[in-house]
Amino acid sequence: MAVVPKFVGARIKRREDPRLISGTATYVDDVRLPGTLSAVVLRSPHPHARINSIDAAAARSAPGVVAVLTGEELKGKVGGIPCVAPAEHIPFHPLLAQGKVRFVGESVAVVVATDAYKAQDAADLIEVDYDPLNAVSDPEQALADDAPILHEEFGNNLVTRALIPNPAVDEAMAKADRVVKFRIKNQRLAPVPMEPRGVLAQWHQANGQLTVWTSTQIPHLLRSALAAVLSLPENRVRVIAPEVGGGFGAKLNFYREEALIAHLSRMLGQPVKWIERRRENLATTTHGRDQITYLEVPVKNDGTVLAIKAKFICDMGAYLQLLTPAIPGFSGLMMTGCYKIPAMSFEQVMVFTNKMATDAYRGAGRPEAAYIAERTMDMVAAELGLDPVAVRRRNFIPKEAFPYVTCAGLVYDSGDYDAALTKALEIVDYPKARAEQAEALKHGRYIGIGVASYVEICGIGPSVMLPPKVPGWESATVRMEPDSRVTVLTGISPHGQGQETTFAQMAADAFGVDIDDVTVVHGDTAIVQYGVGTFGSRGLSVGGTALMMSVGKLQDKLKKIASTMMEAPPDQLTFTNRTVALQSDTTKAIPLQAVVDAAYGWKMPIPGMEPGLDATSVFEPSGCTFPFGTHVAVVEVDPETGVVKFLRYVAVDDCGNIISPLLVAGQVHGGIAQGIAQALYEEVVYDENGQLVTATLMDYAAPRAQMLPHYELAHTVTPSPLNPMGVKGVGEAGTIGSTPCMVNAVMDALKPLGVRHIDMPLRPEKLWRAFKDAKKA
Amino acid sequence: MFPGQFEYHRATSIKDALDLLKQFGDDAKLLGGGHSLIPMMKLRLAQPAHLIDVTKIAELCAIGESNGKIAIGAAATHDTVANSSLVRAKLGLLAEAAAAIGDVQVRNRGTIGGSLTHADPAADYPAAALALEAEIRLDHEGGSRTVKAADFFLDLMTTAVQPGELLTQVSCAPIPSGTGYAYLKHPHPASGFAMVGAAAIVTLDRNGKFATVRVAVTGLGPKAFRANAVEAALAGKAADAATITAAAAKSADGIDALADIHASADYRAELARVYVRRAIQAAVARAKA
Ligand SMILES: Cc1cc2nc3c(=O)[nH]c(=O)nc-3n(C[C@H](O)[C@H](O)[C@H](O)COP(=O)(O)OP(=O)(O)OC[C@H]3O[C@@H](n4cnc5c(N)ncnc54)[C@H](O)[C@@H]3O)c2cc1C
Repeated sequence: MAVVPKFVGARIKRREDPRLISGTATYVDDVRLPGTLSAVVLRSPHPHARINSIDAAAARSAPGVVAVLTGEELKGKVGGIPCVAPAEHIPFHPLLAQGKVRFVGESVAVVVATDAYKAQDAADLIEVDYDPLNAVSDPEQALADDAPILHEEFGNNLVTRALIPNPAVDEAMAKADRVVKFRIKNQRLAPVPMEPRGVLAQWHQANGQLTVWTSTQIPHLLRSALAAVLSLPENRVRVIAPEVGGGFGAKLNFYREEALIAHLSRMLGQPVKWIERRRENLATTTHGRDQITYLEVPVKNDGTVLAIKAKFICDMGAYLQLLTPAIPGFSGLMMTGCYKIPAMSFEQVMVFTNKMATDAYRGAGRPEAAYIAERTMDMVAAELGLDPVAVRRRNFIPKEAFPYVTCAGLVYDSGDYDAALTKALEIVDYPKARAEQAEALKHGRYIGIGVASYVEICGIGPSVMLPPKVPGWESATVRMEPDSRVTVLTGISPHGQGQETTFAQMAADAFGVDIDDVTVVHGDTAIVQYGVGTFGSRGLSVGGTALMMSVGKLQDKLKKIASTMMEAPPDQLTFTNRTVALQSDTTKAIPLQAVVDAAYGWKMPIPGMEPGLDATSVFEPSGCTFPFGTHVAVVEVDPETGVVKFLRYVAVDDCGNIISPLLVAGQVHGGIAQGIAQALYEEVVYDENGQLVTATLMDYAAPRAQMLPHYELAHTVTPSPLNPMGVKGVGEAGTIGSTPCMVNAVMDALKPLGVRHIDMPLRPEKLWRAFKDAKKA
Repeated sequence: MFPGQFEYHRATSIKDALDLLKQFGDDAKLLGGGHSLIPMMKLRLAQPAHLIDVTKIAELCAIGESNGKIAIGAAATHDTVANSSLVRAKLGLLAEAAAAIGDVQVRNRGTIGGSLTHADPAADYPAAALALEAEIRLDHEGGSRTVKAADFFLDLMTTAVQPGELLTQVSCAPIPSGTGYAYLKHPHPASGFAMVGAAAIVTLDRNGKFATVRVAVTGLGPKAFRANAVEAALAGKAADAATITAAAAKSADGIDALADIHASADYRAELARVYVRRAIQAAVARAKA
């Protein structure tokens, strides 16, 4: 008789939440060390300028000031910020600008003082003599012959050009009844985590050790990078990611300030703290997206898509952060979506502009891909006069075809796309919704129904799919302590995802203990074995598998010991109610504690067996998981104002087996919020001269609760064959499905006007203009 | 976001506040809820050496009725105004405008005196104050004067308040029964301020014609204004859809509309026309009810 899981699959409230909602969590700024100095960074007001001179004399002698540093003074003392993704042109990325500034907000000098107010007072006294240069903010103009060049040593603004040609695409063009052509843009977004970045560094002079508290998603990778930039042995550097208030990919990075503050602490022999301010966050924390795509899609008149050909212009910004040029690749590889499209080809041109660097942002390349695939389906439907649902069904990869090798060479692990679509359509009652839409139109009401069937890529592995220093494996240590409580040390670094809950659910069931008997530890490189981190919805599928590997090792050991005490073979034992019991009759049991006592005792029951209960494992995934789903939105657009009103929002997501339903709902909610915000509200705007227009939250439209619909959530469950839990990942799915869904809905509402496409964000003014133009015509 | 150095003073009475104002002159700023002033100080766009907090002056927080008018203390928070049973019963338009401001945190801190003095072009209160023909009391050392809302807003973030003056009270005649009113707002997607806000107060005569009609608009131009052309086009006319639409079409006439990335001047002007029409229609519906 199998033991029924008590926690896995149950609606468990997040164990992280009490401290988060009661204000007792410890973020970087809450860590207070005696004698801490505060740093304030002086930043460039210019998008592009030569620095003639910096006069910091007045700042240096201002009250409370301990040090002022400029780029010149750092030369030869510390390295630059690394980019680990391959590119033709990777510029030196200094901690403080050297000779030139290349974007608004670029760090120019740093002031360290006894408190942040004095540091800011002194920073105001620094005089920088700039020679403003022409700037370029439009990525399509950046490659023009007369464009201002950001990094002179390269002779142009090209970062790299990637070309995936395919003659089959040209053949498809020749065979096609029609070729649908359009240009779409995934605008630049700011991740805006609630907690901005922050760094506290403490140099221990006596033993040459450095401790850095930083708001990061990747404490171990950061430790390696910091050690390299500061020329320190890695075993003398400790990185702690305390409570991290959101990252969304923006903290999957290594920033100037992390190295700078560490360097300053070492230089001054005192702890130094820097907390990012919201204006800095909007200007100097990595942005996401910013891809323009030109598409050519050969189709048959029945809606069959024969190929996709794409040209991408990808705006990388002024410097390359950790993974900047790696992100667009996912957009290209995933752009065939859920469809059995036989051929694809793409060209990606990545360029420097006078803007902050782009990098991973929730979805990182896959939202762009899903947007391409799902806008393509609707454009094809519109062009051919077909129902968008029918076009999707015509092109879906059938469920019998899994594992499915796409024309891009990806292996989709498992899927049943039609099931998710069917369920979503049932929930909205699609035929009724269409009838209501037609009826409303007669009364001058513009209702739109948008469908998006997405597939995305999670838990990326094997490691060779990723750049060398950001591998795809993950680690976990599981310890059963002498009192039979369980400690999990995970190499991932959750910052809102909730693995303190899910991992405890899994470990508790595995050992038959209570969830409160399990503690999950993460985010401290001095405590946790080397790990990779939390990004790309990999925590559960990769980190969780490492956990289950270690759990399995301990279970084996406990069973072996118990079998000598129970005179039953180990493979007939199980764990339940804090006992080790016979699978066939769980009343025949001995207390778990007795087995643990034996393992830790002075006399191991099995000669030669190592005492203790501690196991570490590393899981290297053999392939990626591919979560999918269908979102359906029903909206009404007010022709007088262009305002979008939400009528229904249905999300059917398939993330494989579900460990924690409440956490999955939470991830989907947050994901949809950010995805709808891309569709309707958010855009980082630089003017044509490179000035940042959305410099504060008075201009950057981050979503708030009243700007979002009520969500109706449902699931289909298609387990992944690639990990023992059968899970896929759900951290980004909501974002990926919702953006095209919302745009498709709004475009569907505008269909009677003859409008096919409007670029995001779909601000009311743009929609109002569409109505106005249609009236004129 | 670190303000420059300043000294904080908590005024205990109107006289105390005026004395402090006199003592520190141009170096001082009055502090209400701080929800406009402190962000400016954090950006160092304002660097007063002295802050005089007026929110702990009991009589500035009070809301009451005297001489047939509803009097609201300048330090009453937006939340207090929105939820005051007196304001809701007799100055419903002001309560609606207060409830439309920002979010709960902003409403718990921000004050009516601070909002009117700050005179943000997109603030909600100014439209209501204009439509209600509010009277604004300004105290100075040894006296006070009363300024009509119509004379109070001079330009972008510029009001009739003179150095050394403290806004102490906003008073309005109660909205008579049988009068309809509405405040409708199109919130800015980032700031939540009014991209356009329209306030309307109407009474109808026995024949269903406009007896009184007062319309004010905020968010559109550098300052909130009474839509005189709209009012004139409605006066004495039948309260039907065509008349209202034709009148509302004049909402943006002669106004130099603001623009930003979220809304061009053209679009804001159109929003003003639509929201004014809808506000009048809503007010008419209430007047009939
Ligand atoms: C996130 C956010 C959202 C907001 N959204 C909105 C919105 O949707 N609609 C809206 O209308 N407003 C909005 N506001 C502004 C808010 O209403 C402010 O509270 C208001 O503008 C200023 O009032 P205060 O009491 O906070 O004044 P303060 O910021 O303290 O002061 C503002 C100015 O008035 C002066 N002052 C204050 N009190 C007096 C007085 N009694 N006499 C003379 N001068 C005085 C000060 O010296 C200062 O110059 C928002 C603010 C924030 C931070």
